[in-house]
Amino acid sequence: MTTATVPAALSNHEVARYSRHLILPEVGMEGQLKLKAASVLCIGAGGLGSPVAMYLAAAGVGRIGIVDFDVVDFSNLQRQIIHGTTDVGRPKLESARDSLSEINPEVRVELHNAALSSQNALDLLGGYDIIVDGTDNFPTRYLVNDACVILGKPNAYGSIFRFEGQVSVFATADGPCYRCMFPEPPPPGLVPSCAEGGVLGILPGVVGTLQATEAIKLILGAGEPLIGRFVIYDALKARFRELKVRRDPECPVCGDHPTVTELIDYEQFCGIVPTTTAEAADGADDVTVEELKARLDDQDGVFILDVRDPPEYEICCIPGSTLIPLGDLPARLQELEGRDDMIVHCKSGVRSAKAVKILHDAGFKKAKNLGGGILRWIDQIDPTLPKY
Amino acid sequence: MATRILIPTPLRAYAGKQDVVEAEGGTVGELLANMTTTYADLRKHLYTEDGKLRHFVNIYLNDDDIRYLEKEETPVKPGDTVSIIPSVAGGRQG
Repeated sequence: MTTATVPAALSNHEVARYSRHLILPEVGMEGQLKLKAASVLCIGAGGLGSPVAMYLAAAGVGRIGIVDFDVVDFSNLQRQIIHGTTDVGRPKLESARDSLSEINPEVRVELHNAALSSQNALDLLGGYDIIVDGTDNFPTRYLVNDACVILGKPNAYGSIFRFEGQVSVFATADGPCYRCMFPEPPPPGLVPSCAEGGVLGILPGVVGTLQATEAIKLILGAGEPLIGRFVIYDALKARFRELKVRRDPECPVCGDHPTVTELIDYEQFCGIVPTTTAEAADGADDVTVEELKARLDDQDGVFILDVRDPPEYEICCIPGSTLIPLGDLPARLQELEGRDDMIVHCKSGVRSAKAVKILHDAGFKKAKNLGGGILRWIDQIDPTLPKY
Repeated sequence: MATRILIPTPLRAYAGKQDVVEAEGGTVGELLANMTTTYADLRKHLYTEDGKLRHFVNIYLNDDDIRYLEKEETPVKPGDTVSIIPSVAGGRQG
């Protein structure tokens, strides 16, 4: 696969560092030199990108690129182990670079402070042998896939949700691509995100480590890579399942007669409305947190419906609110009879907007959404409540 | 004879919070139709309004995608397991 020049030898320091690899027949000096000559690009320095980059650095992959534009937040630390408590507020790239050079100063770390886009993807991915997809949204996943197919770069894919992870290797010469498995993204909002649904912190550790293992195997040319196979890991059951993935001859990207031969608008492909429009459309009829506070102070009997999940309600709630999770709402509408005047909220306003639509359709015409959800309530009205 | 259908995490809320449900049927299509009769909320997640399986829903019989078998006409034998495999993206809201 990689055609980069293999360096002539390892220094004595490197021999000591990689000795447990060097005595493995499947790696040996030849394999370690292949690792040193190889380059891998990690898309994202988050839950998946953390173990991927750390293990690739420890293994001696010569050049590791990271694409990210985010800063470290307290809520990242439960799973993004490349970052530490003192890194909160720092760019993830800088924090990741410090961790990697502490693990192994012999490897070159390249930082790409950018959101991956159709404009920069081919240039960025083109500079590496292998791509590791550790992104967190559908548009970027399709973008990474298509760019990998167009460039002919293998994609070590991983994805996580709650207690379940998915791993495969896509876009190799004869193997399937992500679109062969998932030709179309689900419409926005149908699949909950980790920010809504939560994720076990260790899960990206397991999945990212599998992705890194596949990247190493591709570099070494060792073993049986996860091509045409799709692994699903259920952490709660401690069970791995393996499914077959076939290359689809009619795949629009990697099929016999591809129709997508250059990068497209992936936000549009995934049906995502630009944020500004979405906010304007949602926001027109929203109640502000200040209005809600004034009505509570007036004790005018306003009914507050919280549509988050019970564990979120336990963390913080607006006093006097009633909890009916969004998923249960259609079956529990009768509990709201006579409550025409109500304000609905969730964490940030996305789920409650859906709830308001359900309520309007069911005849609760005066139900209104609390703009910005409980997070804005905490910011503007009651900063003593914990944010999550 | 009932066949096991594995429900993925994102859809469990619409299947009585269960990770496995059982349904009767001689083909994958019959099983899914019977399952969505019992769990009506699952229907709109699996089927379009005109009753076609949604493109982003992958149905597997054991370890094989039914698109490469006989699609919804794929016969089900005793001991088979049907899985619904969703695409999952990760963390970002929305």
